[in-house]
Amino acid sequence: MNLHTTDTVKHAESTPDVGQPYAELGLKGDEYARIREILGRRPTSAELAMYSVMWSEHCSYKSSKVHLRQFGDKVPAEAADVLLVGIGENAGVVDVGHGLAVTFKIESHNHPSYVEPYQGAATGVGGIVRDILSMGARPVAVMDPLRFGTADTADTMRVLPGVVAGIGGYGNCLGLPNIGGEVVFDESYNGNPLVNALCVGVMPHDRIQTAHASGVGNLVILFGARTGGDGIGGVSVLASETFDEGGPSKRPSVQVGDPFAEKVLIEACQELFAQRLVIGIQDLGGAGISCATSELASNGDGGMHVWLDRVPLRDHTLAPEEILMSESQERMCAVVEPTQLAGFLDVCEKWDVEATVIGEVIEGGRLTIDWHGERIVDVPPRTVAHEGPVYNRPMVRPADQDALQADEPTAQRLPRPATPAELRATVLTMAASPNLASKAWVTDQYDRYVLGNTVLAQPEDSGVVRIDEETGLGVAVSTDGNGRWCRLDPYLGAQLVLAEAYRNVATTGAKPLAVSDCLNFGSPEDPEVMWQFAEAVRGLADGCQELGTPVTGGNVSFYNQTGETAILPTPVVGVLGVIDDVERRTPMSFADDGDTILLVGDTSDEFGGSEWAHVVHGHLGGRPPKVDFARERQLAEILVAGSRDGMVSAAHDISTGGLVQTLIEMALRSSRGARVFLPDDIDPFVALFSESGGRVVVTVPRSEEVRFADMCIARHVPVTRIGVVDGSSLDVQSLFDIPLAELRMASEATIPQLFDHDATAPAS
Amino acid sequence: MTARIGVVTFPGSLDDRDAQRAVRVSGAEPVALWHGDADLHGVDAVVLPGGFSYGDYLRCGAIARFAPVMQNVIDAAGDGLPVLGICNGFQILCESHLLPGALIRNDVRRFVCRDQWLRIENTDTAWTTQYATGQEILVPLKNGEGGYVADESTLDRLEGEGRVVARYLHDNPNGSYRDIAGISNERGNVVGLMPHPEHAVETLTGPTTDGLGFFASILHGLVSA
Repeated sequence: MNLHTTDTVKHAESTPDVGQPYAELGLKGDEYARIREILGRRPTSAELAMYSVMWSEHCSYKSSKVHLRQFGDKVPAEAADVLLVGIGENAGVVDVGHGLAVTFKIESHNHPSYVEPYQGAATGVGGIVRDILSMGARPVAVMDPLRFGTADTADTMRVLPGVVAGIGGYGNCLGLPNIGGEVVFDESYNGNPLVNALCVGVMPHDRIQTAHASGVGNLVILFGARTGGDGIGGVSVLASETFDEGGPSKRPSVQVGDPFAEKVLIEACQELFAQRLVIGIQDLGGAGISCATSELASNGDGGMHVWLDRVPLRDHTLAPEEILMSESQERMCAVVEPTQLAGFLDVCEKWDVEATVIGEVIEGGRLTIDWHGERIVDVPPRTVAHEGPVYNRPMVRPADQDALQADEPTAQRLPRPATPAELRATVLTMAASPNLASKAWVTDQYDRYVLGNTVLAQPEDSGVVRIDEETGLGVAVSTDGNGRWCRLDPYLGAQLVLAEAYRNVATTGAKPLAVSDCLNFGSPEDPEVMWQFAEAVRGLADGCQELGTPVTGGNVSFYNQTGETAILPTPVVGVLGVIDDVERRTPMSFADDGDTILLVGDTSDEFGGSEWAHVVHGHLGGRPPKVDFARERQLAEILVAGSRDGMVSAAHDISTGGLVQTLIEMALRSSRGARVFLPDDIDPFVALFSESGGRVVVTVPRSEEVRFADMCIARHVPVTRIGVVDGSSLDVQSLFDIPLAELRMASEATIPQLFDHDATAPAS
Repeated sequence: MTARIGVVTFPGSLDDRDAQRAVRVSGAEPVALWHGDADLHGVDAVVLPGGFSYGDYLRCGAIARFAPVMQNVIDAAGDGLPVLGICNGFQILCESHLLPGALIRNDVRRFVCRDQWLRIENTDTAWTTQYATGQEILVPLKNGEGGYVADESTLDRLEGEGRVVARYLHDNPNGSYRDIAGISNERGNVVGLMPHPEHAVETLTGPTTDGLGFFASILHGLVSA
């Protein structure tokens, strides 16, 4: 029996002066006053729970909204051609031709993954997959950009293995190939790891679903897992507060995942969509039933009534407020016509998915919720879901920004290797450094084969999956982030990150189409962090306009900081592209001995925020490399045409670690060596390690060399012949010759040495 | 008429559509079978695919063995129907006692996904006639509980009767005793395999097409029967 005394609407009307714990629920005094004004009375405790969780930073975007508008205001002209669904729905939808649409989105699960790495990361995968599912799509791939503190600290050794096992444990059991992502280490993420997750889904155009409840008399069905006590307050407590030392344990706020429940939910949803049994659908993630019912009702053309006591529970002691806030995983909410109910329930029964009618669409514009016959919620749903507070938070350029930018990594400031022996040693040191070392120990814990459509997966420049076996149509996705560049200049840094993800997609032969971003920052209440955020968003919006790739959606994660110390500003950008025939994709590994190695693009002395400055000198200063979007577009055209016309045998983006790291990765991937002649007109150190943007290493069969070079020249993109695929070493003429075995040892030993102790995962 | 090869989907099966694709690529006709099916729809052979049947929160395959369709598979296997269990399917075959031994958590205690070299040891089973004895093949391997274990006398008997179908080459990925990657029953119609031949049927998506031989063997067996 539930001993909880129900705080009904009637009771609230008659007891206007009862003190309410709005502050403990994360609401400010003026926010609470506004709720009272909206309702014309004090909220019931259930209403207070709903408002508090829906008005949290995580759900309401109250600090970021004013900036995110730029993604809509600066939408590129190309958007009209590709976007079927834009920002605002669970995920954006892109037209890829042949009657198919692709939806993709990237999201964060940072705070839960620090508290409980395995479950935090696992439910991060589960959450983003349900977002994609709720658009009507079949999820086809996932990827996980991860950022951790310094590699050899105890905390990273605790967090990383759990996060990796959680992603694998959930994603592998769900049957979704993991095709890419990143693993990055930086001191600034100590105590605040970034666990971002991306999912891609595919559907025919006519199956696109939206989250809306319309048609009076239609039924609201909750289906999937039962509701339990997990994640109660997770959204407002975990995602909107900073970790303070000595604070209370927040472990119970993390949700626990059941990938099997999600797998059958995916299959059941596919059948529901195919049989057209659904009017509107919404996944339950952060804010659970509060979010799903208020958003569905808010987007619909009527109101909604919910019988909350009908919600199937795992824990019968839950109070109505807790049921409303529970973040139990693997649940969905659908709006269904009464005549379709039997068909809907049949599909659910086939997959052993529990489905319960918990409400109906009603006349008028209110969301009303009853608990055992008593009204506990009576609100206008838009005020909960869409008309939350909006803040124009103060911003200030960080006090140290000028000094940071003035601290250029010149040759005088940071001694550079000059002799062949010094260069050779630096190459090996860099290749073995945690950020550049092979991440196979991580990615070999993820199933990249399942579904049988993975054409390219990590460590390739982008993940490529076939989405139509008849035509060979495929999509490519890449994610990138670089907190150091963004710290030096958040506007330019965000643009560089965007340019790199865009280039990575083109490098595999796909045409970049659209962007999703996950914006990881410190506290928005810190004006310096807010300035970083605003600058990064402005940079991304401007960059997307120049590249012609609209932002389709994403996520903001604030409060990634411990005490006063925020993480490096880290927008992570995902770019989606389309490739007409996946047989034409360009891999990164050298294909044949004798192929010509070409450097496409310009190299300058650019070491601000570089991996070399970080690894060798522990230095962060100066300005990030230049960004040139016109060049990036030309380069992408070259790479796509080179792939389509069969000119290119391999290609790999030049990024962190510079040209030499790119060559090492191409060589190790193929077990083929290279003889390399660096251009005479540039310092060898700069040639090898600079991180100038807009560059790619391409290999072509000798027969295609002239045709490819002509194509570059026609687009005014510099192309330089720098070597030939040959032998079993990286032989940089007149400087050094390193056997592949030695490079492989350097690259592949680091991560296992750091993390290969007994896994901490539960059995799976 | 081509061979009709059934692929069972349990709730939680993951590589079922991949096994169907492999059957199709090999020239046979895939037939979808459901865990609740009361009969096998007259198929010529059955594949139990990879995945996590019913979530595998108990021992892997321990619940699937009680699925309605499995009683039919067990009966038909007794009558000589070719049955191939891949990964979770192998686990289900062991739980069903169609094959001896068990599969336990990898010795590295991590999920392992990689391309794996195997040596085909026995080409007399229903599923391996299209390979040469000693042939080395490269196919994907992906499992968390792929360590094959059995007592010494069972292992000796398997070796003595030539029932080790495939062995891991170079580096044993999961601690399987005697590097065993796959075994068969005495009659040679039931084969369990931890690696995934169905993911090595196209060079576009797999490391090789070395996996096709398992499916082609059934086709060949029917033609020559």
